[in-house]
Formats: sequence, structure tokens, C-alpha cells
Amino acid sequence: MTMETLVPYLEAMERYEPVIGLETHVELGTRTKMFCACTTTFGAEPNSQVCPVCLGLPGSLPVVNRAAIEYTIRIGLALNCQIASWCRFARKNYFYPDMPKNFQISQYDEPLCTDGYLDVDVDGRTIRVGIERVHLEEDTGKSLHVGGATGRIHGAEYSLVDYNRAGIPLVEIVTKPITGTGADAPVAARLYVTELRDLLRSLHVSDVRMEEGSLRCDVNTSLAPHGASQWGTRTETKNVNSLRSVERAVAFEIERQAAVLDAGGRVIQETRHFHEDTSTTTSGRSKEEAQDYRYFPEPDLVPVAPPAAWVEQIRAALPEAPAARRARLMVDWNLSSLDMDAIVNAGALDLVEATVAAGASPADARKWWLGELSRHAHDTGTELAALAITPAQVARIAALVAAGTLNDRLARDVIDAVLAGEGDPDEIVEARGLAVVSDDTALLAAIDEAIAANPAVVAKIRDGKTAAAGVLVGAVMKATRGKADAARVRELILERLS
Amino acid sequence: MTAAELAAALERKEVSATEVTRAHLDRIAAVDDRVHAFLHVAADSALEQAAAVDAKRHNGEPLSPLAGVPVAVKDVFATKGLPTTCGSRILEGWHPPYDATITTRLKQAGAIILGKTNMDEFAMGSSTENSAYGTSRNPWDLDKIPGGSSGGSSAAVAAYEAPLAIGTDTGGSIRQPAAVCGIVGTKPTYGGSSRYGVVAFASSLDTPGPFGRTVLDAALLHEAMSGHDPCDSTSIDAPVPPVVAAAREADVSGMRIGVVTELSGEGYQPGVMARFAESVELLESLGAKVTEVSCPHFRYALPAYYLIAPSECSSNLARFDAMRYGLRVGDDGTRDAEEVMALTREQGFGAEVKRRIILGAYALSSGYYDAYYGKAQQVRTLIIRDFDAAFGQVDVLVSPSTPTTAFRIGERADDPMAMYLADLCTIPSDLAGNAAISVPCGLADEDGLPVGLQVMAPAMADDRLYRVAAAAEAALTGRWGRPLLAEAKGLPGEGDRA
Amino acid sequence: MPITRDEVAHLARLSRIALSDAELDHLAPQLDQIITAVAQVQEVAAEGIPPTSHATGLTNVYRDDEPGPCLTPAEALDQAPAVEQQRFKVPRILGED
Repeated sequence: MTMETLVPYLEAMERYEPVIGLETHVELGTRTKMFCACTTTFGAEPNSQVCPVCLGLPGSLPVVNRAAIEYTIRIGLALNCQIASWCRFARKNYFYPDMPKNFQISQYDEPLCTDGYLDVDVDGRTIRVGIERVHLEEDTGKSLHVGGATGRIHGAEYSLVDYNRAGIPLVEIVTKPITGTGADAPVAARLYVTELRDLLRSLHVSDVRMEEGSLRCDVNTSLAPHGASQWGTRTETKNVNSLRSVERAVAFEIERQAAVLDAGGRVIQETRHFHEDTSTTTSGRSKEEAQDYRYFPEPDLVPVAPPAAWVEQIRAALPEAPAARRARLMVDWNLSSLDMDAIVNAGALDLVEATVAAGASPADARKWWLGELSRHAHDTGTELAALAITPAQVARIAALVAAGTLNDRLARDVIDAVLAGEGDPDEIVEARGLAVVSDDTALLAAIDEAIAANPAVVAKIRDGKTAAAGVLVGAVMKATRGKADAARVRELILERLS
Repeated sequence: MTAAELAAALERKEVSATEVTRAHLDRIAAVDDRVHAFLHVAADSALEQAAAVDAKRHNGEPLSPLAGVPVAVKDVFATKGLPTTCGSRILEGWHPPYDATITTRLKQAGAIILGKTNMDEFAMGSSTENSAYGTSRNPWDLDKIPGGSSGGSSAAVAAYEAPLAIGTDTGGSIRQPAAVCGIVGTKPTYGGSSRYGVVAFASSLDTPGPFGRTVLDAALLHEAMSGHDPCDSTSIDAPVPPVVAAAREADVSGMRIGVVTELSGEGYQPGVMARFAESVELLESLGAKVTEVSCPHFRYALPAYYLIAPSECSSNLARFDAMRYGLRVGDDGTRDAEEVMALTREQGFGAEVKRRIILGAYALSSGYYDAYYGKAQQVRTLIIRDFDAAFGQVDVLVSPSTPTTAFRIGERADDPMAMYLADLCTIPSDLAGNAAISVPCGLADEDGLPVGLQVMAPAMADDRLYRVAAAAEAALTGRWGRPLLAEAKGLPGEGDRA
Repeated sequence: MPITRDEVAHLARLSRIALSDAELDHLAPQLDQIITAVAQVQEVAAEGIPPTSHATGLTNVYRDDEPGPCLTPAEALDQAPAVEQQRFKVPRILGED
């Protein structure tokens, strides 16, 4: 692989303006495939979820899965699109061993949804990403390439094809060209995909896992000199398999294309392949002849004309969009957008909301999830949501602290115990006797001991240096193994010594 | 015996299904070396099916009207466990793992599947000469073509090898063979009979249909094989028109019949026109009102068809690529997948199939789509409008089924354009999706070969076909004194007919 | 608009058919003749006439999202020219992933 010349990113941004675009494929989470009744479970034995239809056997015919249409309309509405009143499927004809019919049933000039948008917050400003189209198609089978060094196609001796995935419904979401992102282009691309992913997840149409391939991205990048009247030639980058890769792919292409343009060259319109290990792109295999897909309306399927009433039903049932939910909660919880970002980035939004619903204050819920619990998650390498503690339990702990039964130190002990599987907070407090000692008499004994043991400190306090009381408080806390209410101890000490 | 007579005899237990099946298998053994109607005779399974029917009848179980009646099946229908070649080398040895819906319905009706019949490769042709397995011969004159593409099915019925047969009609492939073989053949309304399991040639045109020696026989089979199928999205969800009742009534008094002006003239054999004219007069004498109707766009039906059908087939046949089933050529470890595909298709497909695939690729290619495929689809609309206007004035339209009688084997084999002319009269109904039938109306003076009368009806008015055809048949047979087939001199041992 | 031998060769490649030179010589003039004939459709005045892709007029034919019977791997692979690891074995593929 020849090393590409690159212009450092910031330098490139001084001279050039990027325009980006994203094509995202989403595998729908329907129970059955797009055109047949085979199941769609991920990870099944090879060729165990196939039938004459998805194998494209001679004589087989497709029948549209109604749920796939519904999910696609749901996606289109959530993206503020127009829903076609009448549209057709089309055949995209090309030969490839992972496509049983050597044509893909897709949509060509009549997509189900068009002309929408998704707002994305990039560095404090809102960028409205235009959505060109949302259409439905069928997924292909999967090939294993055998014999080559890397398991990739180049150098392989032969391939082994599994058609379990062939025919799974795929929704393609294509943005309009995204302009005006400037130096934020790579980040904007990543944030768009993130927002889209979260939106799709909230719609319950897909489990949108990039690592499993249920969400796939192709990234288009072009550069033009500042002030140019025309956009530059764009390249398409495939094999972008994570959010981080989206950002890196755009950044690399910007640096690469800037170098080409600086040298007076022209960017070749081509498909490039992203390499995760090096965060670079390389040129895809050039084809002798440009692909002519010979699209024509699919004769085996009749037009899709979703009745307006059905579309409105779907619209009425749309869940709250993540952006709207965040905005609402920000107001409800009186948070700054920075605070909200922190919660979202920690993956804690659902948990915090549930904890508040269980009775905690937003401040308390935030504090515990973003503090102690995030530390636990990080230390054990788990996700927050996977921790063995429920929002209800966290809310209970917060309530116990508010009631004075626990202090922060004891609360942390209770959390540890819940995570260790010892039971509910109340059970643990009871079993371990972790309640704050609120009986003054018990405290007085410890206080007197501390006073007796620290005459110099006592003298200072009597002298008016009440801050020194902290030492005595510490001693009492140690003596009571943290079960004293520090503030009360301090009060009692000062009373005692006055 | 006709199928209706056989069914009655079976019901009265005058004869068993096993005896009937044996008799037909014997007949096949006696004559098929000369007729070559069958590509595969399923003797064992046929006798098993017959035994099962006999057992049910013995037990007094309810049986369908055609239980125990043998049927020959065009090799384009998927039959589980039996070979299905579509007359092509590329599917030599392929045994589908599933049954076509129509195959299942025949089995459920208790019909006995005698075997798979010869056809033009992938249903492309009008003479069965395009079969990779040798041509079938017309029982009237073994040097003449039996028509195509369902030539095997037609010859089997005309030669008394089977009382009934099924075929498919895309441009005339049931009606034209029926006409030149002197039997009855129907193209039902498109969508009236299921295409699931019928290897696709032109998806928007292919229509499975019945062959019989009499109109009633064809009606009985039409009813048994037709009806809605949820596995076929283009299948019409409505009851099968009352074709059997109409065949029994056979009363045309008061019916308005239109003679299509454009389906006559140059290229039409005088003997054919003479018999046609007589049939029209006959229908008039039976009480029908006859007028001339012009369908001006019918002259463009042939070119439109030879754009639409090849376009769809170029896509439908792409799946034959040596990867999952069928012929594989050239896989010696040195060639890549594309090379193996190309070599396999080169050897596996015959000349006519290659012609149509390339023609179709041309018509769909970018830059040509609008002028060819797109234009043809517009012509299709105009033809539909011609029919609509005509059916506003008349109940049925009539014409000769095909311009000439059976031509000599080899006569048009190297002249595709001449071959295509055989479909002049039949194509308009395929493009419109209407119903049409061919019923024998006499022998041409020049050559003593059968002439067919074509009756055309609006979509879902299939019963009108049978009403008119049955009336014509009754009157003509009365005039002749005996069934037309009694005149057939092609095969010895006509007295062996079951 | 005549079709050239080169165009026929290109279309054959597009259709994955390895036509021999002899076949190409034979087919090209036949196709030229056919295309000239079918080009007649262009004579028809069709301004504003909608194309018909489906003759039945049906729309909205669906099935429920309910699993149904499928083939076993054995049935699916039964007629395959080559099988390995319960998958269809195919010659090496060139082109992008």
C-alpha cells in the first residue's frame, strides 16, 4: 500500500471547505425477512434460515413484509419526511455471488420517504442535516473468503457463502449534501450517525449495532477551495464500522484530498475502503466498466400505496425523539446543556430518568450515576446499564441519605453491597447495622474519648479556633466506623467544649 | 375418452385410477418415441398417486372432480422430487426442493401427474425447437411443429398420452400450440392462476393455464388449478370465474362478438382465414351479434412484447450463475467466479435465450430505457385502452389464434423474426392481462392441418371464453359428425386412445 | 438505430455470457434486425401516456411478520455444485467487499 500524501487537518481547513454526505443502511429488527417468512436471528448456523424465496430458487416469488413497510414509514416520519402516497420496488441488476437472484429488490426513483431532516448539535450550534430519501431493500448473503492472508477478498482462493442474511429488510437513509460544517466536518459526521442511531433505537425498528452490522455507514467527502462556486469531486468510503471510524474516515479523506488539490491534481471520483487499524482509506478496485444497474419496476411486486389513515396512525404512535426528550428533561431537571451532555455521554440518561421516576431528585440521581456508579462501571469494564443495581435501588439509597439514615460514606458501602448481590438497600442496612448513629448518647461516649485523647486540640477549640474541631470529628468517625453523622458530631463537640 | 368422461367413469367405479394411469403410461410408451412430448415420465410416482386415489375412493372419502385423472405438466413448473429442466441444459438434473402452488393443487385434487413435458427453453419460442432436449412433434404430422413454448403439453394431449395438461402462456405459448395441435388451450386472466413455483420468463406476462381435448375438459382443469395464492403477490384475490358452468351452458344467444380488424391480412394463411370466417358466421347463426372492432394499437403489440418480455427475462435468468444449483462449467481452480458464470451461461443457454437476454439488457440499459422499455410500457397502456374501448362495445373479441397452421420443423428455426410472427394474434391479451382461449374450428384446406379460433374476454371474465368456445365446439362437432382429432393421421393406433 | 458487434459484445459481458466470436458474428446481425423491428414502438405517439408496469391494478399486497417453514441446510445445499462448512462454495470473487 503506497503511503498517501496528507496535508495536516487544520492546515487543510484553512484552504478548503468540506461537503460531506452519509448513506446509512439499517437492518430492520422484524421477525421475518423482507420477502419471505424465514426468521432473522443473528448468529444462526449457516444456511439454516433460508427458503426458496430468499435463495432465489427458480420459480420463487417475493411477498412484502407489512411490518417492514411500517417500520420504514416510522423512520421516515421521525426524520420529518414526506411519505409517498404510491411507490414501487425496482430491480437493481448486477452479478455477485452473495445475491441469489443477481438482482436486488430495492427502490430506485420512487423511494417510500423523501425530503426530511435531522437536527444535530455540533459544538453548541444546531446543524440541520437534510435527508434526501429513505427507502427499503433486501440485504445480501455473507461470504467468507478462504485462502488469502487477511481473510479479505484479495488473494482468496475461493469463497463460502451463507444466505441467512439474504433477504433481511434493509432501510437505506441518504442525507442531502451537508455543507457549512467547516472544520467540524468529521465530528459532525460522527454526531449525525450517533443521533440517527439513537433515534432509530428509540423507534424500536432495529437494534442498530454497528459491530454486528445492523447499522452500516458509507461516508462521502469532497473538498472545494474556500469561496469556490462549485463543490469538489466526492469520494465514497465504505467499511466504516464504528462511530469513531466515521469521524476518522472523514478526517483522513480531507487530509488526502487536500494534498491532491494542493499539488494541482484532481480528486478521482471513486469508492474507497476504510482501514480500522490505520485509520486510512485506500482506493477500491477500479472496474473496467461503470455499473449499469438497468433499473426497472419489480414486476413480481405490486405498488405500495400506504393509506393516509395508516400513516397517521403510525405518526400518532411515534415515541418522543431523543432530542426532544433531552430538551424536555433539561428543562425539568434544570440542567445546562453541558450537564445534559455529560449524562448522555455516560450512557446514563435512561437510568437517571428512571431513578427520578422512582422518587430521587434529579441532582441526586445524577450524582450517584455519574459519580460512584460510573466509577464502578469503569473499574469493572462494564456498561452502566449492566451494573447489578436498579434505578429503584439507587433512588432508595438517595432517600435514605436524605432522611439522615445514611451519610455519603455509608451510602457507598450500601452500593458496594448491592452490587455484590447482598440484596436491597434496606435489607443491607438492617443486616450490617449500617445506619447512621443518631443516638446522641452513643455519640457522646465517643466524643468524650476523643476529647480526652486530644488535649492540645481541645485547647485550640476553647481558644476560639473551632476549625480544629475537624480533627475530633475525624476521630469520632473513625471510632464509629463512619456511622456517625459528621455534622451532628461537630455540633455536640462544640456544645461539649463551650 | 375426455377427462370429463374419465372422471365420471372413475366416480362410478367403472374403472380405477390405477387402470387409467396404466393405460396412459402404455400409450406414452407406445408413441412418445415419435412424439417426444415428455422429458420425464414419472411412472412410479404416478402409480403411487393413483393407488392413493383408489384407496380413498374405496374408503368412501370425498374426492375432487378430477381425482384419478392423469395430467401432463410442462417442465417449467417446480415439482418436488421430479426433474425440472425448463427445456434447458443449465437446469439439467435439477430437482426442486419444493412444489409450485399449482403442482400442490393438482396433487390435492387427486390428479395423477404423469410426467414433465417438453418446452422451448425457458418458455421462449413458438415451436418447441428451442428445447435443449430435442423438439416435440405434432401428432397430426410428425414433421410439423407442435407449437410452443408449451409444445410438449399440447402434443401429449393431442396424441392421447394424457387427457389433460398444463402449460404457461406469456406471448401465446398455450393458445398457439393448442391451435396447431387441434385441441383447446386457455390463457386465464393474468393473476388468476398462481405463478409461485413457475420458473419465470416474463413475470408480468407469464400465465399458467390448461390444455384439454374439449372445452369442458379445459374448464374442469382451469377451475382446479386457478385461484388466489398468498405466495404470489400478483395473484388476484377473487373467486375463479364460473368457467365450468359456462362451458356447460354453451349458449351465445344475445352475446356481442367483435372481430378484430387488425388481426388479419398479410401473413395470414388463406385456409386459416376461411375456417375463421366460417366460425364467426356459425356463432352469428347461434344467436350472437357480430361486429367489426378496430384495436389500432394492436399492430405495435409484437414489438412492445419483444421489448418487455426480453427485458424481464434478462433479469429473471440472471440467477442461473452456477453458484447455487444447476450446471457449473470451467471451475478448475484457475478461474474466478465471473469467468465460471460466463462459461456456464454460454454453454447452458441456447441461442434464442441468449438473444433475448442480450436484447433485454439493451432495452433496459441507461440511455436506451426510455426509448425502448419505457416506450413499450406506454404502448402496453394504449393496448389496454384499446381492449377497454372494445369491451365497451362487445362481450368478447375473436380472431384466428395464429396466422398459419403448423409449419415444418426447421422452417423458421434460423429466422427469429419469422418465428415471432406466430404470436401476432395472441400477444395483445398477454400484454393486457386479459383472458383468451383457442378452440379448434376446422382444418385448413391447403394442408389439412388444424386451425384455432381465438376468443378474448376482459380480465376476470374467463367464463365468457368457455361459453363461446363451447357453443362453437358443439356446433362444429355436430357439423363434422365427430371430434376433430379423429382426423389426425400423424400417429398409428388411434384406436388405442383411452 | 443499428446495434454494433461491439455493443453486442459489451451486453454479453454485462449479462455474463462468454460468447464466442462465431456466435457474436451470428447474433449481432440478428439482434440488429430485431432491434430495428421493435424500434417501431417509437412511432407511437405516447405523450402523457402512463407506462403500465403491472396489469392487474393491485396495490398493497402484504404478509404478516410471522415466521414460517424454511428449508433445512441439507435441502438448501442439496443441489449445490460445491459445498464446504455448510456453505455454498464458489470460485474466488474479484471486486470490492
